[in-house]
Amino acid sequence: MRVLAFLFALLVALPLNANEIVGALSQNRVSLTANFTGSEILVYGAIRRDAAEVLAQGTVHEQSPFDVVVVIEGPRETAVVWRKARRAGIWVNVDSVTLASVPSYYAVATTNPLAQIITPETDAEHRISAQQTIRVAAGDDSVEDASIYTQALLRLRERSSAYLTLTRFVHVDRDILFRARVQLPASLTEGAYTTRLYLVRDGEVLNQFRTAIFVRKDGLERWLHQLAYDRPFIYGFLALAIALVAGWGASALFRLIRNG
Amino acid sequence: MLIYLPIAEVSTNAFTLLGVGGGVGILSGMFGVGGGFLITPLLFFFGIPPAVAVATGANQVVASSISGVLAHLRRKTVDLKMGTVLLIGGLIGSTGGIFVFRWLSELGQVDLFVQLAYVLFLGTVGTLMLQEALRSWYRTTKPHKGRRKLHKHTWVHALPFKTKFRVSGLYISILPPLMIGIAVGVLSAVMGVGGGFIMVPAMIYMLGMPTKVVVGTSLFQIIFVTAYTTVAHAVTSHSVDVMLAFFLIIGGVIGAQVGTQIGLKLKAEQLRVLLALLVIAVCVKVALDLLIEPSELYSIRIPGRH
Repeated sequence: MRVLAFLFALLVALPLNANEIVGALSQNRVSLTANFTGSEILVYGAIRRDAAEVLAQGTVHEQSPFDVVVVIEGPRETAVVWRKARRAGIWVNVDSVTLASVPSYYAVATTNPLAQIITPETDAEHRISAQQTIRVAAGDDSVEDASIYTQALLRLRERSSAYLTLTRFVHVDRDILFRARVQLPASLTEGAYTTRLYLVRDGEVLNQFRTAIFVRKDGLERWLHQLAYDRPFIYGFLALAIALVAGWGASALFRLIRNG
Repeated sequence: MLIYLPIAEVSTNAFTLLGVGGGVGILSGMFGVGGGFLITPLLFFFGIPPAVAVATGANQVVASSISGVLAHLRRKTVDLKMGTVLLIGGLIGSTGGIFVFRWLSELGQVDLFVQLAYVLFLGTVGTLMLQEALRSWYRTTKPHKGRRKLHKHTWVHALPFKTKFRVSGLYISILPPLMIGIAVGVLSAVMGVGGGFIMVPAMIYMLGMPTKVVVGTSLFQIIFVTAYTTVAHAVTSHSVDVMLAFFLIIGGVIGAQVGTQIGLKLKAEQLRVLLALLVIAVCVKVALDLLIEPSELYSIRIPGRH
């Protein structure tokens, strides 16, 4: 909340004659319940254009159009990437690389292909594409070339649709309004999903805006998960009780049905 | 209908789970086995993390054994003294198994270990069962050639700490049943099975127990050991998923009723050959996954999650 307030203050304080981007989300809260099958988030907003530029419109000096990049990043976690190799005839995990901080979900939605609208330097500076966000844990030098492992992580996450590149998913209207629809998958990690909006022109980031989506388990799921981790003894006995009642009850019911 | 499993942390179709439970239930009803050895590998194939599959498998065995245990207790076909000795062994074995399981999951090798355990035990047991079943099938088609000796003296009878097991009519050392119990306890913890497929033949051939008390006594041991294993896995690795277990149990109980009816229509010898082939098929499937080069050599694991 403090961060948001700070950003807001920053926005207000910005000089009027700069290009600005402001955005909002169709929802800031996602609840993971038993029948959660994914959720579609609408990201929308407006571009406030430089006053001088508006005045200059129509003259000889035409500016190139804006591009917008929307990045939704799931909570970061440590990930271990294992490699299999054949040992004594069978395929087993032989070595691994620990990646200290990897987003559990990462979607990049753009107006045009990312490589065409930003320079590699800008990408590295703002950590926009998924490759830029992954770092190998310090001190992990168990394998020679860790980049193979980060590439494998990107490949696996892209295949499971946890990392998405959504080219031309952001629509800009008359250089002022923009919107994008991003699909969140059914299997989400709990936590804050930071959403960054970048206003881009000529390969450079002109302005950015941040907000967040909060994903949490809800209802029965939340209760069971908490019980399992906070009171594992009670949870274990609950699991037993359910098994005994369901196992005995169902067969007693069948006996009743069969006997008329 | 997609449901979110709170511990496995994956979304799965509820009907798939009911189907898996039901299919295994049919087979377990037909053959009179717990079905843990089928459910756990099937859950691997459906993308449930192995640690969750094993722990939840143990929970499911509790449900599928309870009505059998009650029926045998009513009919007094349980040797409670023998059952208690097997149970003490089972608790020791399960505790050891849980520690090994935890240590291996920290090393990142638990999947391999569980798969190897499945190949080894299902391969051995399946082959022995097939041999025995084919031999007895052959015997039923031929006229009788003498009978088995009622009482054989083996190394089992030479061990110390002998005691009387009245219901089984045995006077043997407590060491062999204790060892059998330990072995079954380890299997329960690392494979998520009841272990009846090891214990029943061991009770008949090693201990020489009469067949009429074997099933009831083994079920008595199984239900307590799997109950203990369930709670122990829940406490040490938080890997029991009650949502997953619930759907498997419901499917399993319904399937078992259907399976029992099918089982009544088939001959015992045919059933045993079929069961042996089924055990070998599961073994081959798990073994092929280890032997064939996987299409993806890399995998991601999140520490602290399953």
